Amino acid sequence: MKTSYKPDKLGFYGEYGGAFIPELLKIPVQELSAAFSYFKEDPSFILEFEQLLKDYVGRPSPLYKSTHLSNRFQANIYLKREDLNHTGSHKINNTIGQILLAKRMGKTTILAETGAGQHGVATATVCALTGLKCVVFMGEKDIERQYPNVQRMRMLGATVIPATSGSKTLKDATNEAIRHWINHPDSYYLIGSVVGPHPYPEMVAHFQSVISKEIKVQLTHATGKELPHRVIACVGGGSNAAGAFYEFYEDEEVELIAVEAAGEGVYSGLSAATSILGSDGVIHGSLTLLMQDRDGQIIEPHSISAGLDYPGIGPLHAHTIRSGRTKACPITDDEALRAAFELSRNEGVIPALESAHALAVLEKLTIQPNEVIVINLSGRGDKDMQTYLEYFTKNHESI
Amino acid sequence: MNPFKKQDKQLSIFITAGYPELNSLPEQLNLLQRNGVDFIEIGIPFSDPLADGPVIQQSSQQAIRNGMNLEVLFEQLKETKSNIHVPLVLMGYFNPILQFGIQRFLKEASVCGIKGVIIPDLPFEIYMRSYQEEFQKYDVTFIPLITPKSEDSFIKMVSENSRNGFVYLVSQHATTGSDIQFISNQSRYADIRVLCGETPLFLGFGIRNNRDLASAYLECDGGIVGTAFLQAITEGTENEFLKTLREVTLQEG
Repeated sequence: MKTSYKPDKLGFYGEYGGAFIPELLKIPVQELSAAFSYFKEDPSFILEFEQLLKDYVGRPSPLYKSTHLSNRFQANIYLKREDLNHTGSHKINNTIGQILLAKRMGKTTILAETGAGQHGVATATVCALTGLKCVVFMGEKDIERQYPNVQRMRMLGATVIPATSGSKTLKDATNEAIRHWINHPDSYYLIGSVVGPHPYPEMVAHFQSVISKEIKVQLTHATGKELPHRVIACVGGGSNAAGAFYEFYEDEEVELIAVEAAGEGVYSGLSAATSILGSDGVIHGSLTLLMQDRDGQIIEPHSISAGLDYPGIGPLHAHTIRSGRTKACPITDDEALRAAFELSRNEGVIPALESAHALAVLEKLTIQPNEVIVINLSGRGDKDMQTYLEYFTKNHESI
Repeated sequence: MNPFKKQDKQLSIFITAGYPELNSLPEQLNLLQRNGVDFIEIGIPFSDPLADGPVIQQSSQQAIRNGMNLEVLFEQLKETKSNIHVPLVLMGYFNPILQFGIQRFLKEASVCGIKGVIIPDLPFEIYMRSYQEEFQKYDVTFIPLITPKSEDSFIKMVSENSRNGFVYLVSQHATTGSDIQFISNQSRYADIRVLCGETPLFLGFGIRNNRDLASAYLECDGGIVGTAFLQAITEGTENEFLKTLREVTLQEG
């Protein structure tokens, strides 16, 4: 049976998804659904979205054939350079789309959650651009770990509220953002990944799908064919992967590889490999694959990359991984770090730690000669310098 | 017969199972029954309670640390079953119930004599589509949550479905334990009372003291106190607190 990558009326991708929300959020979510359905087809909305992606974000992002990786693996390996976007990652594609929607809905205050701070910065940026008030929830622990991004958000005019509940990381920042939304239903909650209640997973995938649309055009230009053999992207919640895979779901000859963070090893107890360690459950309003204990309490994951450090996975990915359309592959902290150094040294590109997971998977594949592979380089590594430097100092001899 | 239907206005208390100690529940149930509480809501602790304020969040975390889970809860309920005669309702987020298994959960609930189940993050539409049959099979009533902004047609539909239970009216758009202005919502509460027909209507979220409870009694059939009672437990003042709440009940009755 063919896997559908569009949700049904209640927001389910197969058995995953839906909107498991308290009655308190029903009306705000219904309003959002109605607005998204209308404006995604609205010509003036589409025009403004595309214009901003071009002039403000700097799209299309290049599709760059990596000389080093292509030589090493005897294949044609392309990097989709989302790291070159304004604010340094793919996150801005979605925040531009949602901020235009929020404006048309007459909203004045934007709420967002952030882990590493990339989505927080992308949200604070578009709020500054459009003159909307921005409140970002960030786990107290992440505020310490990612302080430069906190400063960036503040410089952009956002208020950063520490999430002090639970484990004080991304899942708790998301809880706090949702609670704040319940208490302030007139504000707009701008989710940064393909997670949360319907219509968020569909909407975020829609705005990120520009990545795979561009890949098809650019690949046709470069190789004469629009389809690669493989597309590789890392998955935390999964927004960059959803964007990179979106236009290829129906092209079943294209292998889609979702790279998960295995932390210190899939079964080390310090991992975020949700598709292997997770089971069906409800988190942040959607039924999906989720890391939890036998009582259904949510387990705090571990990854060296704050962007992949999430106990769930978007319902679209849960559905496509379970159906076999997408292949999930775990990569450890060390493997990701090595891949980051390799690309930096040999290609002059410092990738984000998240994207480094996607790069690291190449070594695990059996690659046919002249195969065409696209890796989504979802972000740049400036934010990870501290982690990289620590690793560099520790492993100086072996690099 | 609907166990939540009475002539008088009713007082319900919410407690988190396993708080402050793993084995606090049996004694708490006895205390509440002795003090004339009309029905009791037992909270199943969850690590990520989206609709709850800090007090219930913290009590849940403590309860989880104490080792509370559904197996332990049902064991405790079976032991207290012969002593407790006030109706009991379970309130919990969907994920722990899903992990326990819906069938198994309903079967155990039914054995323990549970009269209703509130699952704040299981919307009525998904309940109807996927779980209604099993609830009916085990004769456990799904208690719907509504807000002052819920549509009239929705309120009518859920109250008809909950004829053996009640409708839980969330006082306004806020998480539990928030500061609520009950007075500004009274006319909407009155409309909702009419829409609910024969099904009892109880007001919850933000009822902190006897004055708030008196506001709940104006239009609704009763009030549910959670956060404020958990605070009283923490402070060790639950007896006094219950007395002040019972005074409202007696005056109204």
